[in-house]
Amino acid sequence: MSTMSRPRVRLPERAKAGEVVEIKTLISHVMESGQRREADGKVIPRFIINTFSAKFAGAEVFKAELKPGISANPYIAFHMRVPGPGEFEFTWIDDNGATLVEKQKLNVV
Amino acid sequence: MSPQTPDRRTFILGTGAATLVASLLSSDLLAQDATQPWQQAVKEIVGDSKPIEGQLLLDIPEIAENGNTVPLAVSAESPMTEAEHVKAIHVIATANPQPGVATFRFTPLSGKAAAASRMRLLRTQDVIALAELSDGKFLMTRRPVRVTVGGCGG
Repeated sequence: MSTMSRPRVRLPERAKAGEVVEIKTLISHVMESGQRREADGKVIPRFIINTFSAKFAGAEVFKAELKPGISANPYIAFHMRVPGPGEFEFTWIDDNGATLVEKQKLNVV
Repeated sequence: MSPQTPDRRTFILGTGAATLVASLLSSDLLAQDATQPWQQAVKEIVGDSKPIEGQLLLDIPEIAENGNTVPLAVSAESPMTEAEHVKAIHVIATANPQPGVATFRFTPLSGKAAAASRMRLLRTQDVIALAELSDGKFLMTRRPVRVTVGGCGG
């Protein structure tokens, strides 16, 4: 069974404290809806990323609860008002409880 | 032609218009007998409160050629302070087998109550966005989308 892979995050090249910036994320995942069937009629079990969260300098910024209605390879974009310098921690969790964490520093000028 | 015909036509037109108005007014959203899965999904979120129409932007295409990946963006005007912010925006696809699409949860640190993603739509339908405010109120927006090739891999 395929799992989560290749998290991609796009941050602004630089940001100022107080500024609201957009963060775009993408990850590879089948996001099996649980609605599809095999040729023999057997239901393919649901297997999705159900939670995405973003923290910055340890504080929660944004969270998304995903349902089977989200497309494969989920793209999620959101915003943050830059509190100052710090590092992002992005977490994706799938139905098997597998967790993928990606960390990236924001260039605050 | 019988003289009743115009009356009947008027009646039918009137009924159609009433149905249209009813659906536009979203009274069906708050119906006590929430029988459709999407109505139940809405009820689970808003409880007994009545969402305020508008003030919430749901940006989706009018026509989606591929129901497997339909772009979606939601946003609501808010100062996003501790005292006054948007806590969450829920997205519901009314004709999907599982109507819940996603819930986006914000904090004052979000700075802006806005999120974007891509969703699956089984067929032509209305998509609903519901915003949950820090004062307990709800905002609602509903938009139709025409789907050329359905998603969900049914």
